[in-house]
Amino acid sequence: MRMPLLRLEGLTKAYPGVVANDDVSFEIGTGQIHALLGENGAGKSTLVKMIYGLVKPDKGEMILRGQPFAPGQPSDARRNGVAMVFQHFSLFDAMDVAENVALGMENPPPLRDLARRIRDVSEDYGLPLDPSRLVGELSAGERQRVEIVRCLLQDPKLLIMDEPTSVLTPQEVDILFRTLRKLSSEGTSILYISHKLEEIRALCDEATILRGGHKIATCDPREKSARELAELMVGQVLHPPERPARPMGDVVLSVEKLSLKSNNPFGTSLKDISFTLRAGEVLGIAGVAGNGQDELLLMLSGELRAPSAQVKLKGLPVGHLGPNARRKRGLVSAPEERLGHAAAPDMSLTSNALLSASERKGLASRGFIDWSATESFAQQIIERFDVRTPGTHVLARALSGGNLQKFVIGREIELDPDVIVVNQPTWGVDAAAAATIRQALLDLAGKGAGVLVISQDLDELLEVADSFAALNEGRLSKVRPAKGLTVEEIGLMMGGAHDMHVAHEASA
Amino acid sequence: MIRLEKRKEPSKFWRIANPFLAVVLTMIAGGIMFAMLGKDPFVAIRLIFFDPIFSETFASYSRPQLLIKSAPLILIAVGLAIGFKANVWNIGAEGQYIIGALFGAGVALAFFPQPGWYIFPLMVLAGAFGGFLWAMIPAILKTRFNTNEILVSLLLVYVAERILAAMALGLMRNPDQPGFPGSRDLRRYEAAHNAELIANTGMHWGVVAAFIAVIFAYVIMTRHMLGFHVQLAGQAPRAARFAGVAPARLVVVCLGIAGALAGLAGMFEVSGPGGQVRIEFASGYGFTAIIVAFLGRLNPLGIVLAGFLLGLTYIGGELGQMMLQLPGAAIQVFQGMLLFFLLALDFQTNYRIRLTQGMRA
Repeated sequence: MRMPLLRLEGLTKAYPGVVANDDVSFEIGTGQIHALLGENGAGKSTLVKMIYGLVKPDKGEMILRGQPFAPGQPSDARRNGVAMVFQHFSLFDAMDVAENVALGMENPPPLRDLARRIRDVSEDYGLPLDPSRLVGELSAGERQRVEIVRCLLQDPKLLIMDEPTSVLTPQEVDILFRTLRKLSSEGTSILYISHKLEEIRALCDEATILRGGHKIATCDPREKSARELAELMVGQVLHPPERPARPMGDVVLSVEKLSLKSNNPFGTSLKDISFTLRAGEVLGIAGVAGNGQDELLLMLSGELRAPSAQVKLKGLPVGHLGPNARRKRGLVSAPEERLGHAAAPDMSLTSNALLSASERKGLASRGFIDWSATESFAQQIIERFDVRTPGTHVLARALSGGNLQKFVIGREIELDPDVIVVNQPTWGVDAAAAATIRQALLDLAGKGAGVLVISQDLDELLEVADSFAALNEGRLSKVRPAKGLTVEEIGLMMGGAHDMHVAHEASA
Repeated sequence: MIRLEKRKEPSKFWRIANPFLAVVLTMIAGGIMFAMLGKDPFVAIRLIFFDPIFSETFASYSRPQLLIKSAPLILIAVGLAIGFKANVWNIGAEGQYIIGALFGAGVALAFFPQPGWYIFPLMVLAGAFGGFLWAMIPAILKTRFNTNEILVSLLLVYVAERILAAMALGLMRNPDQPGFPGSRDLRRYEAAHNAELIANTGMHWGVVAAFIAVIFAYVIMTRHMLGFHVQLAGQAPRAARFAGVAPARLVVVCLGIAGALAGLAGMFEVSGPGGQVRIEFASGYGFTAIIVAFLGRLNPLGIVLAGFLLGLTYIGGELGQMMLQLPGAAIQVFQGMLLFFLLALDFQTNYRIRLTQGMRA
């Protein structure tokens, strides 16, 4: 065993109403890639925030290279060789790469020297970057590279990475892993936060599993199966969703050669999209965030109008229709953003039930709302989808992410649609709730509805989808049967490591 | 160190308590202001808030005034509140009020001196239509060209004031008394007079309209999809679009309702208590109604209470000018303070103030 770089002893942090970390102890060896594994809300973020000096522990201590370590703020942590790459980037679109890197450094060298060092470091670690490019023009994978290079320039002893692969294609993940292994072999320790089990098994030397703020185990992930790790993480036995064999029916939704400008100046316009969806089919659409997923959902929900005949529902043109007219005809949707888009945060669950259900459930006659019928509809969603809440009067924002997602998806499923379109149905949702949601979507398909799932989670898509396509820069790949597809093929459909070559050419 | 913490749910207690607390704080701060002006603060506060209703000497005059002053405030505020809930900020009710009055008076003067039961109803329609029309200017500019309705509606107040002056001195001037600015006195033209319905109560058709509007708004906001969509658009615009709300349509509807109600208020005023089209006809009801709407928590029933309170400050302010020689502007400062304290206090509806030990975040 190598000498520990960082030892955590009995770290405890409580917030009003919740103990985020309760007596957590473990060690990170020098040069070790250590996974921190747990569901949303297990306390991973709080723990790394304590190491990075963003949060002060209530109890317990940290020992870094034999010395007591109590960073009061992130600059203390950085001075001690701790660096962190956040899940959400803190970069300025209108500045170039070198300027962005300089902004995050304690004592940045002159920009010309910095540009040379950025080029050197990024080439050394296989993360090519052109220091003079504007960050606004970079892909998500390249932006992450900027963050990583910014950390590497400070020569860290411990690099903390928070869910780094959620914005990458499988090919980009491979490149990142090679970089991390090289860093590890040079003696840099890495604390790798994730809930993706296969990744952790492929990359990490040791894994610490958190559940409900407690440390459950520290183990060698290579000696456990993904399933064992999952059950440690979730604390219960997981059942993969059942997929009864079902016959495919007629085409219920078809989109033909549709190009549509995004309504958002930073959005991605849709380019020449064509696909069909049959009754009983689950079509999975993969893609890295920001490749047109939001626009595709808006175009299908009716929030963005399209030329009438290019979107057909059960053979009839619906492109020109708004959301309610489409709902009436059997097309419902659930957007990615739960709070603020699929649900109004400051309204009760009853009001939120009315939000999309007034037409199909007949909750209003001549505009007058039947509140008691609406409340029983909300109650029905809560019961059928096991939404944990004290009642229908609770505000949407008071629910946890998983519970609100069950409510939102449940609401749309209860509308008994012919076609349902969902974007990121289980994003940020705990494993048990995710399983419930996926099963509900499969059951709906089993009853003969067409289901379109847009997701960045490949495992999820492979679990539920019959057919498969990927969005890349607003273009949709050919739809292929999901059976027999390998992760490599999917990665290529998502655009491979396309930006990689671009970076090479630009820096050459 | 003082820290602000966002509450998980807005505090129901403070939502109700804040308007009352704001009134108390306004009385204290206003008292200090009066003391600095060299007046006895207790006498001044009593004169403004209590004497108009309870004093033997003043009540017989003031009590009917309460309905007369409060009705236009309530009528306008009810309309504004619907828009405010949808994040449509109509600040120009004063202008819509003036144009409504001019349309109403215009109908009356066109029929003068003919009798006819239909003249007054026609004036009502014309008043509402005038206010509606004036509100459509910011509505259309916003939906077509994405202009800011706050600026456009506010600036149109000054345009309306110039039109009012031009009418009082020109087209609508009383031809029988060309030496004086101002139109014929509509109170002396029976078919157009918005007279007291019950003697010495201040009850006139405008009061009736105000209460009908309150009930109408209450039903719309709590039981109708339009009210639901208004709230949705105000709280979560993306969720509103998801629910099928067309934002442009909502802007037109909100400004239209508020404009029509403000126009009605202007028409009832010019044909009753105001009596004639004069340069100084506009008395700031359209602006004070903004305070009424917020003090009443944008809730129709709350607006009734807030309308009476602000109506009271108008009457009390007049008494203060008469009895204590308080400057006329003091009462506007007073009304402004009320809004200021309310908005400041509302902070604690959504946030909790915590004292913590010094710690760097």
